[in-house]
Amino acid sequence: MMRIERLGFTYSKNTVDECRVLEDISFHIQEGEFIGLIGSSGSGKTTLIKHLNGLLKADSGAVYFQGQNIYDKGYVLSKLRKEVGLVFQYPEHQLFGRTVLADVCFGPQNLGMSKEEAEKSARDCLELVGINESYYHTSPFELSGGQKRCVAIAGILAMQPKILVMDEPAAGLDPETKHMIFDLVEEIRKKRNIAIVLVSHHMEDVAYYANKVLVLHQGRLVLTGEPEEVFTKTEFLREIGMDVPQITSVTEKLMKEGFPMVNPAITVKEAEERILKVFRERGGAE
Amino acid sequence: MIDIKNLVHRYTIWESDTKKSKKTVLDDVTLDISPGQLVAILGPNGSGKSTLAKHLNVLLLPDEGTVWIDGKDTKDAKALWDIRSTVGMVFQNPDNQIVGTSVEEDVAFGPENKNLPSTLIQEKVADSLRAVGLLHKRKSSPFRLSGGQKQRVAIAGALAGTPRCIVLDEPTAMLDPAARKEVIHVIHKLNKEAGITIVLITHHTDEVVGADKIILMNQGHIIQEGTPKEVFDNFELLKKVKMDVPQVTELAWNLARQGIPIKTPVLTEEQFVTEMMRIYEDGKNREDC
Repeated sequence: MMRIERLGFTYSKNTVDECRVLEDISFHIQEGEFIGLIGSSGSGKTTLIKHLNGLLKADSGAVYFQGQNIYDKGYVLSKLRKEVGLVFQYPEHQLFGRTVLADVCFGPQNLGMSKEEAEKSARDCLELVGINESYYHTSPFELSGGQKRCVAIAGILAMQPKILVMDEPAAGLDPETKHMIFDLVEEIRKKRNIAIVLVSHHMEDVAYYANKVLVLHQGRLVLTGEPEEVFTKTEFLREIGMDVPQITSVTEKLMKEGFPMVNPAITVKEAEERILKVFRERGGAE
Repeated sequence: MIDIKNLVHRYTIWESDTKKSKKTVLDDVTLDISPGQLVAILGPNGSGKSTLAKHLNVLLLPDEGTVWIDGKDTKDAKALWDIRSTVGMVFQNPDNQIVGTSVEEDVAFGPENKNLPSTLIQEKVADSLRAVGLLHKRKSSPFRLSGGQKQRVAIAGALAGTPRCIVLDEPTAMLDPAARKEVIHVIHKLNKEAGITIVLITHHTDEVVGADKIILMNQGHIIQEGTPKEVFDNFELLKKVKMDVPQVTELAWNLARQGIPIKTPVLTEEQFVTEMMRIYEDGKNREDC
């Protein structure tokens, strides 16, 4: 669906503050994928995702969406922005509508949907994120933090994007709200077969939800693969200042002590199954 | 150090331009924190954690009940500045609390406001920056620092007021894993070495396993109070208020439920590995017999 080819970007080009932020980045995003994008602060994650809907223009390389280079002359970027929805950090700070419904309708209407279409889409999306009709006509500022964030996400979903990019959607939320939002995104991905790009500092969440992980370090993609492949490279990740899920770290330590597991686990469930298997097999041998 | 008795706090909610109602966010909270303790407050969004924190340096006043800081009632207007210099605050977003154009200027803001002689200010700034490991950055612009460093500057800013207690409201929520470790390390160091009382509000359970005491809040009440071991032992209660636990703690519980004789609660990776290896070796020895 989207292909990023040898993308490079420099901030404040030709000034004293010139700073190369992205270098030679290539990857693709396919329908239905759940991609986790990780990397320490300053590695270029936010800069990279701003390229996915043309908010920033690369100074080398190309971005293809459905086969078309978005940097081609005459390419309509506003169409791309409808297809690639970006949820920034603390999206609730961008709420401004007088009512919840009006806020969610703003995006789709702005991108050319009729009032009726936009409202239908808004209602569908609000229902998806668990905001029921009784809230439609209240001010978004009277909602709780978690609800506000759901409304902000609904505002992006209402544009019916094919790719949903989210920058730390769970920052500052309690565990329950966090799981609710992630489960919801996962449900929407399955229902609409859209692609998700999740930027997060929480390795546990990425390991649990993503089916592909990209690791950025100093502006370069240094590792790409399934979560299993990426997170078990614990030494490499630590070297570049990243963390691994606690469960990966602890199963790795167990193995070092001689506990007969084949591979470190990346989720609690996986660890549980593998440890139980070790004891069960031994029980069977007795 | 901090003594709270039957604290009640209500916010006013404007339902329309003229109609208002009250919402109770802290309901009959009683709490005692001794000097030198590191106390963590856990609880879901909206449980009243931040409201409680704001009572500790008189950003809010009780509707009912009393808060004493070092024996001084927060309702006593004359004690206000005394209390504020006893209790320093650090908030979630470092960008919102940095005011200076250089690191040392930012840290100096508090003592300058107190009209201290400049040699003393310089001394305090240097001491505070040394304590958070950022003395070498004193001339840098705070906006050029990493998130973890900015948050350490904010902590240094609180330290420069020579408080005996620092309240940190989700100081790591916006930080990457390496920066989180940096900040948590500094907090522990201040507690152990300088004996500063710490009140740490967080959603990250892995940050609280080293605390002296954990306070679990829900819907304006303290629902449990105890050592990390005691609090994490109450699986049912934590699940009920939908709090996360460290992954090793969860794994140990799950294994125990499946009949593995592991001692719960497990709080650290090291503890888990030791327990697991003990059980494994035990089984092996029995097999050998």
